[in-house]
Amino acid sequence: MSSGATATAAAPVKAERPAPHKAGLLDRFLMQGGIVITFLLVAVVATAIMEPRFLNRLNLLNVMRNFAFLLIPSLAQMLVMTAGGFDLSVGAVLAISSVVTATVMLVGAQYLPGMEWALILLSLVAVIGVGALVGLVNAWLVTGFSLSPFMVTLAMMSVLVGIALYFTQGIPIYGVAESFVSGVGRGQILGLPVVLVISLVILAACIVLQRFTALGRHIYAVGSDLRSARLSGVATGRTLAVAYLLASVLAALTGFLMTARLGSGQSTIGETLALQTIAAAVIGGVSLRGGVGRAEHVALAALFLAVVANAMNLTQVDSKFQTLVLGAVLIVALAIERLLLRRRGA
Amino acid sequence: MLQVTGITKKFRGVVALDNVDFSLERGEVHALLGENGAGKSTLINLIAGTFPWTEGACSIDGQSISALTPQAAREFGIAAVFQEFSLVPDLTVLENLFLGRERSGGLFLKRREMRQSAIELLDDLGFQVPLDEKVAFLSRAQKQMVEIAKALRTKPKVLILDEPTASLTDGEAEKLFQAMALLKARDVGIIYVSHRMAEIRNLSDRVTVLRGGRKIGTVVTAEVSDEGLIEMMVGRPVEQLFPKIEYKPGPVRLEGANLTSESGSVLDASFVARAGEVVGLAGLVGCGRSELCRAIFGLEPIASGTVKLGDRLVDHPTPAGMLADNVCYFPADRGAEGLALLRSARENATMGSLGLPALSAGPVLKFWREHDIIRDPLERLGLRPMAPERKVSAFSGGNQQKVMLARGLMKPFEVYIFDEPTVGIDVGAKADVYNLIKSLVEGGACVIVSTSELPELINLASRIYVMHEGRIVADLGEGEHSEAQILSHYFGGQA
Repeated sequence: MSSGATATAAAPVKAERPAPHKAGLLDRFLMQGGIVITFLLVAVVATAIMEPRFLNRLNLLNVMRNFAFLLIPSLAQMLVMTAGGFDLSVGAVLAISSVVTATVMLVGAQYLPGMEWALILLSLVAVIGVGALVGLVNAWLVTGFSLSPFMVTLAMMSVLVGIALYFTQGIPIYGVAESFVSGVGRGQILGLPVVLVISLVILAACIVLQRFTALGRHIYAVGSDLRSARLSGVATGRTLAVAYLLASVLAALTGFLMTARLGSGQSTIGETLALQTIAAAVIGGVSLRGGVGRAEHVALAALFLAVVANAMNLTQVDSKFQTLVLGAVLIVALAIERLLLRRRGA
Repeated sequence: MLQVTGITKKFRGVVALDNVDFSLERGEVHALLGENGAGKSTLINLIAGTFPWTEGACSIDGQSISALTPQAAREFGIAAVFQEFSLVPDLTVLENLFLGRERSGGLFLKRREMRQSAIELLDDLGFQVPLDEKVAFLSRAQKQMVEIAKALRTKPKVLILDEPTASLTDGEAEKLFQAMALLKARDVGIIYVSHRMAEIRNLSDRVTVLRGGRKIGTVVTAEVSDEGLIEMMVGRPVEQLFPKIEYKPGPVRLEGANLTSESGSVLDASFVARAGEVVGLAGLVGCGRSELCRAIFGLEPIASGTVKLGDRLVDHPTPAGMLADNVCYFPADRGAEGLALLRSARENATMGSLGLPALSAGPVLKFWREHDIIRDPLERLGLRPMAPERKVSAFSGGNQQKVMLARGLMKPFEVYIFDEPTVGIDVGAKADVYNLIKSLVEGGACVIVSTSELPELINLASRIYVMHEGRIVADLGEGEHSEAQILSHYFGGQA
């Protein structure tokens, strides 16, 4: 030991190592969502060639509306996934929110006859409350008991679907306000569906959150390395709670908007939403291990999925076959992404 | 400035730290020395507020502190750099530097302001790290620099450094020492934990030695010899850390000819290793010696060249094939590549040997014999505590290493390849590892040791290959390997 465990004296200072990798053109392309942009372009061009009806104004509006309904819960999923979790309960929150929206309107109409806008507002407050409650319970179970987010939200999904089905016996609740359907469900702002405008506003908010706020950065940090984030003084529990809370509130809002679109409260919607939103998030580059993912790329992925679904509808692919195709698309997209990333050595 | 008195920490009734006093002055470097499990990390974690103490008192600048959390410690001006970094891999260097302490104006981050102050901070320390690179892409040394810069961002009064040089090359370590001198001049008190005696000697003003959770003593560094420190630490006089090894070179067991790896990390390397000798692989971190070991064992794809075991050519080395051919490899990163941390020591020790007739009959494990079979190797290595059913993660670093090494004792291997066998383990465990190497070599095995610790090369190896940028640049026989002779080849120069 005494012979000098290090060779400090004799060693001249070693030249600085070069940065381990230089961002080349391909790298930058991959980082900037190049893969999902390519998927989207291929899907759009191929569909437009195969089926000219795709480019009809009405069809495009339809695609946009479906896109919007997928985008909001996908952003919700992204928030939780970048924070290192999963939210399998998004679909169930959607269902229960739809039931709550319709029920509040139906019951409220007896007390506030003719005051449709008040009813709409009241039901909006109610669903946001329900979403917030679910999100907080999810977060409490995940952080307070160190339970796996996967199991917590899976169980939560079962509980919520059970409540919604028990309450409605699976029968749609009619009697939502007229102006709700015409104003929110079918309404347009500057020629764009209201739902689309709302979803784009939420998208913008998510981008700002991720890029320009401390909270956004903390969500990435918590998802990337919880221990390091905690040691750095990040309030990890609170950050996770906010992520789950926002996610459930966004899912609840989607249920609210969906009710306006359908004109009734339905307990059976959103069954496959957990898979669809995870698909959109992952195709959009969100890491299953957390810490990575951007809202704008998730939006492109959601649009891609909406275009693929629309293409199958237009070409009259059997609806049962469609789920098969979606699964295959997800696998192929992930495999391509992985191969490209592996070449980059990531 | 910092005064800790009678501090005690119990974990579920087990005393980890027993009535320890510790003090730190302004501008002082106070080294903490002790074997793993001696309580060093408990002590620094208490001071950093990672967990609360059971009994005792702490004061800083005369202000008494009743309890500490990481946040509170930081507010009192205590910053810590632990061996496990607190960096988030998916964020950039800049984002990590300000993590948890982002500067915001209202709702939004002040990004330009943070960038400016990060540049100033790194310039001040003389660290060159790309600000916009994700931390995941940094070298370990660069991460270390970011971690230190992050700790210093809050202008602490007390800086805790936990084995900061464990993964640095000497040049990088030198930069760290310069930064430490700068901080010392600014009256920052530094608590320095290290296993490296030379560093403690060069850097520290005082040394506190812990053993078994108790404080053995605090001494002024200049007034104590290395032997004295080791004796305080180990509790017995260490006559010789390095055993005297009898070399009886026999036939060539392992031979590499013009080996080049696909990644280019090994270039045209030729070497031989005989039975009954220890072959040392020397060189800077990243010179290719680790990769050479991995290539031999089939973990690094080989582009050209051959590997021979005895007279037999091995076409494509694979780990399973090499094990079957009695070649045993111990990776440098035991946590990531060597051990299943959540499984027991017993399962880890037998992991590579379940196919041996002693342990299995066809597909059925002779699980009732497993315990007896591992007992001997683990005892021979001196596993402490001798609890084979315990999870590996519950052992100290040195004892985790012993669990991994026990694999090499499950059957008589002919070739043993050690990559950094003593990284991050204490002196007592090091001595156990050296004794193991001695007994293997004297038993007729061929041992290859790749290490960045010069004393290990000098005292253990009979021949040394020095590598530089992937090539073997020197082959030093016995009597040719003094520290200066080895170092003269570290940068590719001819002696």
